[in-house]
Amino acid sequence: MTQPRPEAGRRTWRAAVRRDWQLYSLAVLPLLFFVVFRYLPMLGNVIAFRRYSPGGDVLGEYWVGLRYFKMFLNDPSFWQVFANTLIIGGLTLLFCFPLPIVLALLLNEVRTRWLKGFVQTISYLPHFLSIVVVAGIVLQVVSVDGVVNQGLTAVGHDAISFIQEPGWFRTIYVSSEVWQTVGWGTILYLAALTTIDADLYQAALVDGANRWRQTWHVTLPGIRPTMMTLLVLNIGTFLAVGFEKILLLANPLTYPTADVISTYLYRVGIVSGSFSYAAAIGLFESVIGLVLVLGANRLSRRLVGTSLW
Amino acid sequence: MVTRGYRVFQVVNAIVLTVVVVVTLFPFVNIVARSFSGEQEIRSGRVSLIPRGFNIETYRHVMSDSMFWTNYRNTVLYTVVATAVSIVLTTCYAYVLSKRQLKGRGLLIGIAIFTMFFNGGLIPNYVLVSSLGLRNTLWAIVLPNAINVFNLLVMKAFFESLPVELEEAAAVDGASQYGTLWRIVLPLSKAILATMLLFYAVSFWNSWFAGFLYLDRQELFPVTVYLRNLIAGATAGVDQTATSDSALQIAASIQAVTIVLTMLPIMLVYPFIQRYFVSGVMLGAVKG
Repeated sequence: MTQPRPEAGRRTWRAAVRRDWQLYSLAVLPLLFFVVFRYLPMLGNVIAFRRYSPGGDVLGEYWVGLRYFKMFLNDPSFWQVFANTLIIGGLTLLFCFPLPIVLALLLNEVRTRWLKGFVQTISYLPHFLSIVVVAGIVLQVVSVDGVVNQGLTAVGHDAISFIQEPGWFRTIYVSSEVWQTVGWGTILYLAALTTIDADLYQAALVDGANRWRQTWHVTLPGIRPTMMTLLVLNIGTFLAVGFEKILLLANPLTYPTADVISTYLYRVGIVSGSFSYAAAIGLFESVIGLVLVLGANRLSRRLVGTSLW
Repeated sequence: MVTRGYRVFQVVNAIVLTVVVVVTLFPFVNIVARSFSGEQEIRSGRVSLIPRGFNIETYRHVMSDSMFWTNYRNTVLYTVVATAVSIVLTTCYAYVLSKRQLKGRGLLIGIAIFTMFFNGGLIPNYVLVSSLGLRNTLWAIVLPNAINVFNLLVMKAFFESLPVELEEAAAVDGASQYGTLWRIVLPLSKAILATMLLFYAVSFWNSWFAGFLYLDRQELFPVTVYLRNLIAGATAGVDQTATSDSALQIAASIQAVTIVLTMLPIMLVYPFIQRYFVSGVMLGAVKG
């Protein structure tokens, strides 16, 4: 692309504004939203490099350099929550990424239309609930008098106080995440499945491929772009995993396994008031998230030719 | 050509999908059963799918709490105002972004999309909302989440799919760009507007964290924060040595009732709105 001369560029802008000023005016309020509520907070991260005291200057009092970053990097409890984040994020990815694919493939084999629709309608349902409601349901189901313990005592096992057991937290979290997201997660795959050319199946059939080989050689490659896109997006949100739900489900007894970066910085920042320290952790998390999504996207583009943009 | 192996698969598939349906529905039925059960029966671990010691006293009790209704009204108010603001802003920006010939369009799209992958984080947002003086106002709920970029892209994709000739004809007839949007485009966009309305309304109805973070006074809480405090109180109660078991158990049945009442409106409209969500997600997936 050749660069237009500055004057030419200005003139074109002037012409564009003269012609489309009504369109530009429609963009003013939304742009104001993005600038104030999305980009200002990004700049607000300067408090991670400055001494901030609540009630003082919004952007902090004076520069302290990387002091807060050094502080959390030398803080064993940060590394504890960092490890928890990786484990919970990894487990979530391990279960919540492939299971919708499996369910979509199974649904795709259902030939009875109303039956397929019925299963879809039921499985989407948990997606529409508030996370508070989900947490409330989870706490009741795994409570000492809940159905899970009823099952355990029925087979002669002692009841387990799941909510107080650090060893159970990840299981409970990931199970509830599967329960809430797997059905809804099938939608994009089901959409991709309908776009696969029927001729490909015919050709595979002529080549003597059975259903299983057809699935392996036609169906899965057909939904690969969707899989890669969702994988890249999942990897990008890896570190931000489960903030609201963990905030609702965890308690001091389960913090050793439940506490993740986002919940930790919430407690350190909002609850205890160490804004700069928490902002430094938050900035660290955001930057890693951005690096992860860019890296995953580049890898995906190079390996399978699918890119988010 | 149905092989024996495929027939076996179909049986297994039917069993797996039945399990999926049962596992998905079980917790709902369980919560409803608990909400109609007596405290003693819940406490002794006898309530699974059928209410034991059936009563509607707990419902009476929860519904007689005026704070519950105050917070429920707040949820309705917040949802209505936030959805209205979101729809207007999203529609305006999506329409602008859908104009391929517009100079600076790429930049305007980039400004929105970048925010999907990088955000300021909790603390700067909190400082911002506090220093704008939005704490303890409705605007702390409405403004920070006014535009959802995914919804924006879905709507942009829809506007791009409209035939260009329509708007060209309107321009030839001397309609302004405002007039074209208002009189030509929006009447053709009722389906997508309905979808957006539902996307936003459900997400604001369900949201709790903004209310939890920015509202300090109980009479301002949405009902999700009411429920959250109930749950948190109950779990905190378990932590301490429970001196009064009955108090704890009242909390359990009250929790169940409050959960049911909070999700009831969504459950009632769910069968009717579900397909709009699905079509909206697909539209976004194709283009976004």
